[in-house]
Amino acid sequence: MTSRTLAVVSAGLSQPSSTRLLADQLAAATRDGLVGHGEGVELRPVDLREHAHDIVNHLLTGFPSDALRQVLDQVTGADGLIAVTPIFNASYNGLFKSFFDLVDADALGGRPVLIGATGGTARHSLALEHALRPMFTHLRAVVMPTAVFAAPEDWSAGTADGALRARISRAGRELAEQVHQRPPSSGPADPFALTTSFEQLLRGGDD
Amino acid sequence: MQFGVFTVGDVTVDPTNGREPTEGERIKAMVTIALKAEEVGLDVFATGEHHNPPFVPSSPTTMLGYIAARTERLLLSTATTLITTNDPVKIAEDYAMLQHLADGRVDLMMGRGNTGPVYPWFGQDIRNGIPLAIENYDLLRRLWREDVVDWKGRFRTPLQSFTSTPRPLDGVPPFVWHGSIRSPEIAEQAAYYGDGFFANHIFWPAEHTRRMVGLYRQRFEHYGHGSADQAIVGLGGQVFMRKNSQDAVREFRPYFDNAPVYGHGPSLEEFTAQTPLTVGSPQQVIDRTLGFRDYVGDYQRQLFLLDHAGLPLKTVLEQLDILGEEVVPVLRKEFDSLRPAHVPVAPTHAALRAAAERAAQAGETPAADLAGTGAEADR
Repeated sequence: MTSRTLAVVSAGLSQPSSTRLLADQLAAATRDGLVGHGEGVELRPVDLREHAHDIVNHLLTGFPSDALRQVLDQVTGADGLIAVTPIFNASYNGLFKSFFDLVDADALGGRPVLIGATGGTARHSLALEHALRPMFTHLRAVVMPTAVFAAPEDWSAGTADGALRARISRAGRELAEQVHQRPPSSGPADPFALTTSFEQLLRGGDD
Repeated sequence: MQFGVFTVGDVTVDPTNGREPTEGERIKAMVTIALKAEEVGLDVFATGEHHNPPFVPSSPTTMLGYIAARTERLLLSTATTLITTNDPVKIAEDYAMLQHLADGRVDLMMGRGNTGPVYPWFGQDIRNGIPLAIENYDLLRRLWREDVVDWKGRFRTPLQSFTSTPRPLDGVPPFVWHGSIRSPEIAEQAAYYGDGFFANHIFWPAEHTRRMVGLYRQRFEHYGHGSADQAIVGLGGQVFMRKNSQDAVREFRPYFDNAPVYGHGPSLEEFTAQTPLTVGSPQQVIDRTLGFRDYVGDYQRQLFLLDHAGLPLKTVLEQLDILGEEVVPVLRKEFDSLRPAHVPVAPTHAALRAAAERAAQAGETPAADLAGTGAEADR
């Protein structure tokens, strides 16, 4: 049995956070799916709120604190990513965007990502499709077809066999399937690794 | 070991009184800082090169030539010379001329420049940054080492039967450092030629420096220039000192909080923990600087950044006094006593010339790298 890693990023700001709740449920569904495939699972929960200052500092100084470096490595080195944000002004919140702005352009290439969002009304649900999905597509991640939005009515009227639950299960199965199909992650890329020979550089090859 | 100062040449408002120096005042201040560096016993003054406000040093050899005429011992250098946007032909000419005027007290540090809009002002494109640095520098080396050059490349018009004049002083090209924060290709370039590698080491975590210097040393050995611990390493550093460390912190904080590079971000305390910035007593600066050796090994040149973020000239000159009187003499003694005999000191013109003469007598090709042994005596 191999062990797979899932980074579970929440940009929820309140405590307790419905965004964190949704992220955890998506993580549990994905874990169940991977266990069904005979895989072990290590969950790496990340609450961006705890790193808010470090995220802004990194934007300004160009390098992360040690704590934020570890978080970035955990996220970019995971086999799969669950990314959940509250919807603010018809899009991801600023903290969510700022965090992913710090991820190297190639760091999530080919990585399976499950996106989710919470909002004050179901009318915001398409933000997943017009904001989150294009952002992860830009990063060349493989975004699961099912994105999960949770509005207040889903929490209050939802039951164990309700629509939100069914959607979470389906999304989890999709991510588990994609992670299962791929070889284990080789961890975060080393930015200081030399990837070309000098002879190659001298000949004018820069890649 | 060589000690000195390097300056970015920024015109920045003093946040404590709102005063902004004129360009003329800033340029003259840079010269005053260089003269003071020699007066207090430092070895090196290096100027940045920039072509966009708020920076003034667009013409480094004009400034360094003027300083050369007013100093006796000071080694004149750059931090950095833009190998991407300058024509390598003009670099070859300008710095060979400066070598003659300064009697060999010249070396250079190559850098790429990270401001996209600057590149097209000089007919280039930042997306070619690394290929430009590689091609231009390879040409520059040939212009200094071959009397007649035929050349064809990607980024400038071909050269036919071209002789760069004046020829380098005594036929010995200036020593070259390559500066980079986190581009492994540049560490590789420095290693390939057996040139020096300079880690910015200000504004960035020590980890960047450790990794880049480690890569450079390993590749220096790979290319057969000597053992890894014989590679020529320089580091930046940023300090602010007062007799009492609390006074240093209190006085420097407004400059830190409003500094163009890191201002309005991390606190002074966070930044001093995360980067080599040291704000405190002279003893704290001594201890921290000696600690650099723990992660880069024995190295050859330490340059300090003292004059940025709007610090007034008077304050900078006081910093130079402290550096020259209390800090550098201790560092010089400590570093030199720690350095094993087989690790060279930084190359000087006299040492490079002596090595070239020895090689010529022995009928060998001059090894222009790694000729620093004994150079400290020629300082």
